[in-house]
Amino acid sequence: MTTVAEVRSALDGVHDPEIPVVTIEDLGVLRAVAVDGESIVVTITPTYSGCPAMETIRADITAALARHGWHDVTVRTVLSPAWTTEWMSETGRRALHDYGIAPPSLGPGMPVPVQLGRRPPACPQCGSDDTEELTRFGSTSCKSLWRCRDCREPFDHFKDH
Amino acid sequence: MTVSPPTTRATDLDTAAYALRLGDDALVLGQRLCEWAARSPTIEQDVALLNLALDDLGRARSLLTHAGRLEGQGRDEDDLAFLRDEPDFRNALLMELECGDFARTMARQLLVAAYALPLWTALTRSTDDVLAGIAGKAVKEVAYHLDHARSWVVRLGDGTDQSSRRMQTALDELWPYAAELFEADALTERLVARGVAADPAALESPWRAMVQEVLREATLTVPQPTWRPSGGRSGRHTESFGFLLAELQHLHRSHPGASW
Repeated sequence: MTTVAEVRSALDGVHDPEIPVVTIEDLGVLRAVAVDGESIVVTITPTYSGCPAMETIRADITAALARHGWHDVTVRTVLSPAWTTEWMSETGRRALHDYGIAPPSLGPGMPVPVQLGRRPPACPQCGSDDTEELTRFGSTSCKSLWRCRDCREPFDHFKDH
Repeated sequence: MTVSPPTTRATDLDTAAYALRLGDDALVLGQRLCEWAARSPTIEQDVALLNLALDDLGRARSLLTHAGRLEGQGRDEDDLAFLRDEPDFRNALLMELECGDFARTMARQLLVAAYALPLWTALTRSTDDVLAGIAGKAVKEVAYHLDHARSWVVRLGDGTDQSSRRMQTALDELWPYAAELFEADALTERLVARGVAADPAALESPWRAMVQEVLREATLTVPQPTWRPSGGRSGRHTESFGFLLAELQHLHRSHPGASW
């Protein structure tokens, strides 16, 4: 008899293909797991509408569960409620920071400001708050590109969303 | 085995037609933005414009999928994007006009984003759950689009003589096409009554307020249009649209079912 906990544990091995240090659970992309006998439904949600990683994530989920012997797997994609960086776990935020990506400034449970966040993220290399945005649009939809004025290193920032 | 076709109610067809309009707007504008790939003034803008295009194309996929399901004829997002001809597309003309220079591209981004923000905000309250779900994501994304367009229109409008002249020319050329975005017809009236659609006419006033504020900051003049082009919502498109579709569709049509 398969349990939700077993499936969730197997999904711990599924990472964001573009930011491999975080799992889809840490990111908040994994929304639900349902088990009915040996039949499994995994529900995920995209970070951005056009996120090209979704196809890979779907395939990785199916492959990870197949390695554990589960083959009756459906991966559903839902848009609502819309993904927000508030769903990112503390573990995920720490992993991003250690990887050199400044995590979103909004933590779980923090109120979302009406205006787009303008508080500059701290440099993940040296910790300085003296940073500037180079471009709002970085290497992926979910990141912007910044530079630290102290250590002069450029870095990615996972945008508040 | 005989399979009876799914019954499609008139209300579903209405919503399908509306989702098709929104989906075509997103698909066609996204395709236009892709033309800047490897041609933008700076590498940052190359990345930015393609990020914007990716948001548009992602939204187009959801909307066309929804339209196809409601239509009930078994057409998926690919069928709708790649196998229709010009008169079947329902995008507003503003989306399909050629990109022109960077000023013209940014002028269009401003006119479209200032319409998209109140549009998608209103659609978060749509009685159609799928549209409301798409809107919940879109509203966050178009806020970025508006911010990006605003910063460039101000920078170019309040820039050098040349940048200001080119931005004003672009605005003057594109402005008349914006009127089509706010046209109501029998379809939108039926859908507004059911709480599915946003009332197009009600979007004009927030649009105008937002755009005028940016133009003031950019020291640009609000154009006084002398004509009012229209026709995209009924499938009458501009000459350049055929070339856009040729580029968008030729691979899919030349190699049906191709995959890699």
